[in-house]
Amino acid sequence: MTGPATIFDKPNTYIGQPTPRADAARLLQGRGRFVDDLQLPRMVHAAFFRSPHAHARILSIDTTAARAAPGVVAVYTGAELAEHVTPYVGVLTHLAGLRSAPQHPIAIDVARWQGEPLVMVIAQTRAQAEDACELIEADLEELPPAVDAETALTADAPVIHADFGSNLAWERKVDVGHIDNAFAAPDVTIVEREFRFGRHTGVTLESRGTVCDFDPSEQTLTMHYSGQAPHMMQVILSRHIGVAEENVRVISNDVGGSFGIKIHTYGDEIAAAAAAKLLKRPVKFIADRMESFMTDIHARDHVVKARMGISAEGSIVGIDFHDLTGVGPYSMYPRTSAIECNQVLNLTGAPYALENYRAHGQVVFQNKNMMCQYRAVGHPIAMAVADGLLEDAARAIGKDPVEVRRRNLMRDDSYPRASASGMKLDDLSHQKALEKLVEIMDYDALRADQIKMREKGIYRGIGFVSMVEVTNPSPMFYGVGGAHIASMDGATVRLDAAGALHVSSSITEQGQGTNAILGQIAAGVFGVPIERVKVTTGDTATVPYGGGTWASRGAGIGGEAMLQAAHALKTQVLDVAGVMLQSPVAALDIRNGAVVDAETGAERITLDALARTVYYRGNELPSDLKPELIATRHYRVTDFPFVFTNGAMAAHVEVDTETGFVKVLHFWAVEDCGRVINPMLVDEQVRGGVVQGIGGALYEECLYSPEGQLLNTTMADYIVPMASEMPEITVAHIETPTKTSVLGAKGAGEAGTGGAPAALLNAVNDALSPMDTSIWQMPMTPERILKALGKV
Amino acid sequence: MKAPDFDYLRPGTLAEAIAILSEHEGEAQPLAGGQSLMPMMNFRVAAPAVLVDLSALSELRGITRTDTSVRIGAMTRYRELADWANICTDLPLIAVALPHIAHDAIRNRGTIGGSLALADAAAEMPALMLALGATIELMGPNGTRHVPADDFFQGFYDTACEADELIVAVDIPLAPEAKFGFHELVQRHGDYAMAGVAIKATSLAPLSGLRIAFFGVSDRALRVPALEAALDGTSGDEAAIAAALPALEAIEFEGDLKVSAKTRAHYAGVALKRALAEMLA
Repeated sequence: MTGPATIFDKPNTYIGQPTPRADAARLLQGRGRFVDDLQLPRMVHAAFFRSPHAHARILSIDTTAARAAPGVVAVYTGAELAEHVTPYVGVLTHLAGLRSAPQHPIAIDVARWQGEPLVMVIAQTRAQAEDACELIEADLEELPPAVDAETALTADAPVIHADFGSNLAWERKVDVGHIDNAFAAPDVTIVEREFRFGRHTGVTLESRGTVCDFDPSEQTLTMHYSGQAPHMMQVILSRHIGVAEENVRVISNDVGGSFGIKIHTYGDEIAAAAAAKLLKRPVKFIADRMESFMTDIHARDHVVKARMGISAEGSIVGIDFHDLTGVGPYSMYPRTSAIECNQVLNLTGAPYALENYRAHGQVVFQNKNMMCQYRAVGHPIAMAVADGLLEDAARAIGKDPVEVRRRNLMRDDSYPRASASGMKLDDLSHQKALEKLVEIMDYDALRADQIKMREKGIYRGIGFVSMVEVTNPSPMFYGVGGAHIASMDGATVRLDAAGALHVSSSITEQGQGTNAILGQIAAGVFGVPIERVKVTTGDTATVPYGGGTWASRGAGIGGEAMLQAAHALKTQVLDVAGVMLQSPVAALDIRNGAVVDAETGAERITLDALARTVYYRGNELPSDLKPELIATRHYRVTDFPFVFTNGAMAAHVEVDTETGFVKVLHFWAVEDCGRVINPMLVDEQVRGGVVQGIGGALYEECLYSPEGQLLNTTMADYIVPMASEMPEITVAHIETPTKTSVLGAKGAGEAGTGGAPAALLNAVNDALSPMDTSIWQMPMTPERILKALGKV
Repeated sequence: MKAPDFDYLRPGTLAEAIAILSEHEGEAQPLAGGQSLMPMMNFRVAAPAVLVDLSALSELRGITRTDTSVRIGAMTRYRELADWANICTDLPLIAVALPHIAHDAIRNRGTIGGSLALADAAAEMPALMLALGATIELMGPNGTRHVPADDFFQGFYDTACEADELIVAVDIPLAPEAKFGFHELVQRHGDYAMAGVAIKATSLAPLSGLRIAFFGVSDRALRVPALEAALDGTSGDEAAIAAALPALEAIEFEGDLKVSAKTRAHYAGVALKRALAEMLA
């Protein structure tokens, strides 16, 4: 890669420093600018009448009374809106065979999940719109639903899309080596388990929402959007609502958490945008918490039947599994609902040197809310299956789980190489990460404590995971399959007349500190105090084109673009300074807001003096000098489909065998995300991810009745991890920069969520092992643990 | 979701409030701390035509102590009760239980009377009243009446308080010599209990004068006389508890999304065992 080798050891670099976030004070003082804070003139509010049934034919809908209700401005059924919005289909060509049906923002003939919009009411207030929704008379003929993924493919299951003939959306098989031969070899012990992963969802602090406005004089549609991918949304609105792409402006200001929930196409948001165009006025839709539980994409929902073979010495001879994933009635648009299962097939066992690997994934339709990409897509399943089996196998042959990992992990000096599933891997450090983990957690002491406590009837367990994380995706993730989603990101850096930097980027801020690291990179690479960098993200009208922040790509891709842009501007500014100062450019540097003598650090000219000369008194410069005080660079990952990271994590838990309650005593995470730009932000990303992983492992589950009714739609019934139950989470780093960029940063955002469930599963099963029982279902609720113990 | 329209009234006196409730015959809903009613209205589960805000009624406020009892005004908030100077000495059972009732934000607003009037089966306060042998003072168009806690909780969100009555106060007998126990099983601090128990005993060795109130187990907070009788006169050791536990079969355990009725029954026994163990420790 191009770029100076000295970029990271400059005297005034901010890269690698725990620099406080510039926006923290604003957010803490309640000055956040979230979608629901917007109050525009003539704004009206949308509410939705949603299907009360999981599967129903719409015989008729009478909206007469609703249209006459106080404050009502407009009412749209699915058929009415379909005249203005083209349907969308969530398939991509690189997921060969994936099928899904055309989807309308509001159902037209058949409702296919409870919560699917059937009618949109627009009124002067949200309360009036909800009042009018209560007046809608819908004649719905209930149809038998296909709710349970495990029976969705049986002969007598109701077929959700008749044209397809079955509920199979997609399947893929991987078969590497000779698994049957390997398992049949003498001295090989086989462990076999059925893993169940319940559905959960993102539960963002700020719910989904949008304010859309349309100006007929310029034919412009503006969407204020709580989301992660403004340019993707720009294309979607253009294509499906019929506004020229350049006339769609998507603004993503402060976003109160996203976690992948907000990178998808939701019918209610598209309908609100269409209504704004039809009404030529601002329309606000904010999902309430109940709507969020019902319609924000759900995650996981897997049943995995898996086997692992292990030799008497502890060498894993292979993994063989079947993954069944239920994704709701449609594959979500535009990223599809097959990626999660695909990731499970790609990633299971990827930290280990495996010669034999067989996997069969099946993605099925069902009459539940849609399942799609949420933080750590597929990773928690892949890691729990591989490492759950590994520790199960270790118990079966009487070996320590750390020893078994030491024997099977890919060696740190063995890269570049590929995983059994064919993933290209480089710059990983599984061995170093595991050794560091064992050291910081004081493993031997924990084992000694475990034995001592068992004598007192206290059951503690220690569980591990060695993991990989997919980050910095290349065009091979979506673009190759035909998705209108950029894999490239851009950054612009501009020096103003006061010597300050204005930078903008196509990656987005959802609360994780994107803007902070962009500022650090720009300030450090260019050479100004960080207070003098103003960062703009999240507005398609002003930022360079690019993908946004998802798939742990912001720092690695958007950060590299920023590095390259800042470096380019520095070169341009030094060219100007060289002429002004009659000095060779190589003898100059920019530090702390001034051009200095590179050797002595002595100030030669401040940046504001330079900029004022350029902007105001260009007459003082030679005529042939054409100063450019702005630079833009783009970056994409080449040569690799993804830049993998790795980590090792451990959980220490105590299981109350009388109640089934699990107390997480301590959690450790050693993460190698390449170069750490801001250790404070990375540590908190890891901790936040671990907490979400604990949520999936112990608490969170979207529960459906056999009829397809979502049973828990409040924060009292759907429980999330809370601070008082969370353990100390110790975070440590190995830094193996990726060679794919100068910055060397890989993603860090999803590791905790991807790894923690596996470590917790293993810890609970380690605690249960004296009772000769185990649990393979998440969340590991108290009742499920009691059942495993035979207590209820 | 947003609540449908309603009329809002804020009477200045208790008599005025009672008159409003009578006048609107079941259409009016008293508003105390609003920690349950407001979400129910926003979910459109409750849609009262008239909301009667009790916050201006000074008659419902204040904690007063006599030689024999403590009288707590119905509009006393959990926070005010926790801050009352005598809470630990005069009402030690409530002092122990208060931190388990939801979270600070809810305790700052939620009221004692509101919790009793709602009578959520999983709430702590009804069970505390049962264990303490409290009396609930009601006022309606026909004046005041006093209902023992034992007769007050009648079923699923159902109490002896009529639609035109208000809870004015609770009266809790002082019991300086008594011993108390409290234990609830929750996955997260502040959650509604998966099962919980509050216990009062006039003596520990042997156990006697037992009042054992369960919550989070059935359609209401309740006592099990046969269980109290079985434990009375015992040391409360493991054998005694094991012998008494079958008495819990008298409870019609309810299942919910988190635990089945069967698991609840198991949890009720665990909560009892742990509460007694803490009392006897």
